[in-house]
Amino acid sequence: MSRVLIIAEHDGENLSPATAKTLTGALGLGVSDIDIAVFAADPSGVAEQAAKLEGVTRVLTVQHDDFEHFLAARLAPEIKALAGDYSHVLMPSTTYGKDVLPRAAALIGVNQVSDIQEVIDERTFKRPIYASNAIVTVKVDEGQPVVATIRTASFAAAGEGGSAEIESRDAQAEDPGHTRWIKVEGGEGEGPDLATAPVVVSGGRAMGSSEGFDIIYSLAKKLNAAVGASRAAVDAGYVPNELQVGQTGKIIAPDLYFAIGISGAIQHLTGIKDAGTIVAINKDPEAPIFEVADLGLVGDLFELVPELEKKV
Amino acid sequence: MKILVTLKRVVDYNVRVRVKSDGSGVETDGVKMSINPFDEIALEEALRIKERGEAEEVIVVSIGGDEVQQQLRTGLAMGADRAIQVSADGDVQPLTAARTFLKLVEKEEPGIVFLGKQAIDDDANQTGQMLAALWDRPQATFASKVELADGKATVAREVDAGLETIEVDLPAVLTSDLRLNEPRFVKLPEIMKAKRKPLETLSLEDLDVERAGGITAQAYEPPPQRGGGKMVESVDELVSELKSKGLL
Repeated sequence: MSRVLIIAEHDGENLSPATAKTLTGALGLGVSDIDIAVFAADPSGVAEQAAKLEGVTRVLTVQHDDFEHFLAARLAPEIKALAGDYSHVLMPSTTYGKDVLPRAAALIGVNQVSDIQEVIDERTFKRPIYASNAIVTVKVDEGQPVVATIRTASFAAAGEGGSAEIESRDAQAEDPGHTRWIKVEGGEGEGPDLATAPVVVSGGRAMGSSEGFDIIYSLAKKLNAAVGASRAAVDAGYVPNELQVGQTGKIIAPDLYFAIGISGAIQHLTGIKDAGTIVAINKDPEAPIFEVADLGLVGDLFELVPELEKKV
Repeated sequence: MKILVTLKRVVDYNVRVRVKSDGSGVETDGVKMSINPFDEIALEEALRIKERGEAEEVIVVSIGGDEVQQQLRTGLAMGADRAIQVSADGDVQPLTAARTFLKLVEKEEPGIVFLGKQAIDDDANQTGQMLAALWDRPQATFASKVELADGKATVAREVDAGLETIEVDLPAVLTSDLRLNEPRFVKLPEIMKAKRKPLETLSLEDLDVERAGGITAQAYEPPPQRGGGKMVESVDELVSELKSKGLL
């Protein structure tokens, strides 16, 4: 019988929207039994949030002080210990899922399906390859568990309204003692989360400097939008890495996306292809971004962006 | 300490990949092939570690037909000391690659295995994590800074929340992210010298690797194209377009 296990992503207090999006992917499998596992030092609050998601059968909490931070070497054996009861084990295709789940897949003894963007049936999926220049349909052999990450930009978040039962399970593995969490820097930015914000304002290399990005932040604030950036802007040191949108940064699907001073390299376009409306503002009328933009405006960014901010 | 670096042969970063018209795969005939850029970054970091005197030998390894010797020779020209080709036909999925690297790890006993975080062809992002699992050693993925001291690596990792720092005991598996370094250019004399460096060829059978498949590609298709948009002449026109779409 098919049963799905989703490993929750959270910060210790709040369940990440990536988990609700993964749940939507799981609901597409047509399987009635979907459990969410919450590994945490104190799982109760996150478990309650997970139990409210529509379509969840059971929430499994696994408490251990080691789970204050997510270390793949610590978590992978725990996921393997739970996986025996399931036909599918899923995580979001965030840096957390990408780090942890392949390690668990290897312990289970299977290859992983990375970055599912469409579910065809219980064992057949579409996923992007070559930086989304091609889409491959893959089938997982009968009789082997499906271990997969879900491309969150391709699925809407599942709604609330559920009331799943919450069960606790014991941790099964030991701390291997060879990996220590030190710190995380960043994420103190204001405004909505880039990964899930309905409106995103991104700047590129043409912003010219960290100070040049001020007009991006200012417009974003006015629109209650998240700030993003191209790889070129991050490489140049104008903004921190967590703002990068693209193949190796965040893949996002906002309703409205502003690409400002971004030429539109293929690896950036990969990150926004599911966006609702793309607005491009660039001084170069030949910039490739205009081939994918729904609305394009050519001109001097440092005049147009402040004007736009005044008029929205 | 030895450092083992994996080099995957992939379609060059600058090639615009096209799906074959019959949907059987992507066009690779006559297309420029290169070292996976993330692997090149991994090799650069390994070479810098060696040049700082923190490692004695850098070994590059690639799995595939004889054509991968090109990428291995490039790796030798960049400065690796020797190369290993593991010959294999057909589809090598990440778990097969991880099992292969584990066999080489048992043979060579490196202090670090350095891989790219993902290959830009299948974008799987699995092999390093899988190797760490099979080897039962630490992993530090998506590295943007690596410091070694006292048998440990302190690694800054690019994660969704920002930069996470972890410390791992060696031996360990590290995977590189984009901003770890900028790989050096190869100079002509180095290419000549690389021809005389040792390149050993083994096979999956020699190493007694059990292949892991289980995932079959059924069809390939090009991505849906976004329709061309509209150019507006002014901020006022842009704002009114956005208002008419209900976005403002």
